[in-house]
Amino acid sequence: MKNISRSSYALLFIFLLCAPLFLHDFRVALLAKFLCFAILAVGICLIWGYTGILSLGHGVFFGLGAYCVAMYLKLEASPTGIPDFMGWSGIVELPGLWKPFANPYFAISAAVIVPVLLALVLGYFTFKNRIRGVYFSLISQALVVVFVTLFIGKQEITGGTNGLTNFSTAFGISLTNRGVQQVLYFITVGFLLLTVAFALWLTKSRAGKLLMAIREGENRVRFLGYNPTSFKVFVYCVSAALAGVAGGLFVLQVGMISPEMMGIIPSIEMVLWVAVGGRYSIFGAVIGAILTNSAKSFFSESYPDFWLFFLGGLFILVVLVMPNGLVGLGKSVGEKITSRIKKKEKEDVQHEAGPYVS
Amino acid sequence: MGKMTKNLFLMLVILTFMLAGCVGSNATNNESDTSDEKGEKGDTVKVGVLHSLSGTMAISEVSLKNAELMAIEEINEAGGVLGKKIEPVIEDGASDWPTFAEKAKKLLQSDEVATIFGGWTSASRKAMLPVVEQNNGLLWYPVQYEGMESSPNIFYTGATTNQQIVPAVSWLLENKGKKFFLIGSDYVFPRTANKIIKAQLKAEGGELLGEEYTPLGHTDYSTLISKIKAAKPDVIFNTLNGDSNVAFFKQLKDAGIGPKDMPVLSVSIAEEEIRGIGGDVLAGHYTAWNYYQTIDTPENKDFVEKYKAKYGEELVTDDPIEAAYFAVYLWAAAVEKAGSFDVDKVRAASDGIEVQAPGGKVKIEGSNQHTWKVVRIGEIQEDGLIKELWNSGEAVKPDPYLEGYDWAKGLSSGE
Repeated sequence: MKNISRSSYALLFIFLLCAPLFLHDFRVALLAKFLCFAILAVGICLIWGYTGILSLGHGVFFGLGAYCVAMYLKLEASPTGIPDFMGWSGIVELPGLWKPFANPYFAISAAVIVPVLLALVLGYFTFKNRIRGVYFSLISQALVVVFVTLFIGKQEITGGTNGLTNFSTAFGISLTNRGVQQVLYFITVGFLLLTVAFALWLTKSRAGKLLMAIREGENRVRFLGYNPTSFKVFVYCVSAALAGVAGGLFVLQVGMISPEMMGIIPSIEMVLWVAVGGRYSIFGAVIGAILTNSAKSFFSESYPDFWLFFLGGLFILVVLVMPNGLVGLGKSVGEKITSRIKKKEKEDVQHEAGPYVS
Repeated sequence: MGKMTKNLFLMLVILTFMLAGCVGSNATNNESDTSDEKGEKGDTVKVGVLHSLSGTMAISEVSLKNAELMAIEEINEAGGVLGKKIEPVIEDGASDWPTFAEKAKKLLQSDEVATIFGGWTSASRKAMLPVVEQNNGLLWYPVQYEGMESSPNIFYTGATTNQQIVPAVSWLLENKGKKFFLIGSDYVFPRTANKIIKAQLKAEGGELLGEEYTPLGHTDYSTLISKIKAAKPDVIFNTLNGDSNVAFFKQLKDAGIGPKDMPVLSVSIAEEEIRGIGGDVLAGHYTAWNYYQTIDTPENKDFVEKYKAKYGEELVTDDPIEAAYFAVYLWAAAVEKAGSFDVDKVRAASDGIEVQAPGGKVKIEGSNQHTWKVVRIGEIQEDGLIKELWNSGEAVKPDPYLEGYDWAKGLSSGE
């Protein structure tokens, strides 16, 4: 078990590190974007796959992280010190909310801290009041609606539906430079590596076991003397932080953020990536995000008129045929074959605690 | 797990990556074929066509794609540009702004297209703007918009505010009354448009009775209509977008308010949108555009006939469709004049380029890369077409920052 997952992670990261050697620059930039999504997917895997809490509102955390970094980039790109869209809205002085974002270190740390604070407050009140299951999912959707409406309505501060775009430099270095794009790619790979390592460590730890226990039977955990609320708030904050990191990196790569990207549809899409890859496996979340988005790009380039049908078909297929995603499929096929061989050899089949946990 | 399983699982992983690799490397192979030749390959030249073919904007943008493809076909039949046939590369922006940026990047970097025709919403244009500027590409944007922009890498063939909104407000003040009520969807275009209208009303002796915004897709207008009823304006200036118009006009009619009592002037409703709302509901209300299907010139008759024959008799032509159509001709003319597909040369050659569009002559203004256009106020008819009531006579010079208007000072202070 250990060896397999080790070698598959090794393969994945070797592939990612070598990708710039054989992919066109444009494809590398796309892959970098998908890797940001993979970081976010790991967060969703932790909260949904491991803890069993379905959040349909991770677009908000992604968006907040992205806006924090984008505000800094927008200020750097505004020679007058005031972003262009504020001028059209009649604002002549930089709003207080924007001022600290002129400092890149503040902006970058805010990209993590702001989503975490929101998750902390929201998580504390919902989980403390034992709101769970479908009710939590609904609350998370409401969160999305609230934030999207707020960001669109406060056009003079947030840029409205257009969002923030047209950046030039970060730390005085041009973002469009080929070398910078490559460095950003490797930074993203590095972040993904750290994220995966952290997630693996967490799930192997005692706390990780408790998260799974909460998924399987929250009341039993409570009777055993643990307080599930704090663990649930913790994992919610962790996944919000990862979404924030993903958002910040996304803005650096893609160069724009708008309320559209934190909306309901993207938030549901994020959960779909994890479902396709396999919700009980961190590796599954990573390849789910990469493969789903690759398929999206590939289909929409090859068949601009019908690509949504292909993508929709693919999702239906995955849900019907592979309820545990690609990783689940791989494992169940593998297990069938081994058990057959082992029957022949009349050996006991070893069962592991969590069949789909890698 | 046994050794077999290990191997199988490994193989599965490897297979997945080979699949992913194929997606990427297929494209890489195609790319390397053209990389040296800058979009021109043999006797063809590639151009990008980037509109939303799926999602909420598809209903409007598909017709622009069709108009552009029709123009490309016509130019190819007449011998192409600089002796080369135009080869369109179609991409779907999917009503999603980062997708527009991604696809624009793809068109410029891997397909190396000579130019892109695309966009509808301001947000999609704002998303593509940094991409075309950084890659020194060209974008032809065919829809009226809120102004305050002039990128060296974009040509704007739709109206800017002084070619649609400003003259419409003047016309209303002169003919329909001084008391205005502004309604709009809550996004950048209506908010910016209303900022301009408010400044203009102040300067030209109008009176503002109310200003209301509803979210995109909003469909319950009973509260808003009560507010309008209580305010009793002479005219309603409407910048609602999309489906909201259907709800608003139906509910307005149900509330017993007709065009005789309070006429509504809309700047986002063209023939295509009227098909969706219904001519009977809208009849008698006003619009401001630069082109109507009913324009009586031989060129327009020809254009409407060809468009309907190609895409369906039940279809209509309208302002954005015309602007998308002649954008291709303007680009072709600029390329011919420049004698090259090179973006800098095309830009340098573009000033004063003129073509005979279906709605009359259009000319590129070199200083801001917008087009000179005739302003037309029209009245919506029962049959869904629009009858022209007034036009500006000659083409109006585009002025995206409203520099020619004293009252507009301070509106563009951010620039």
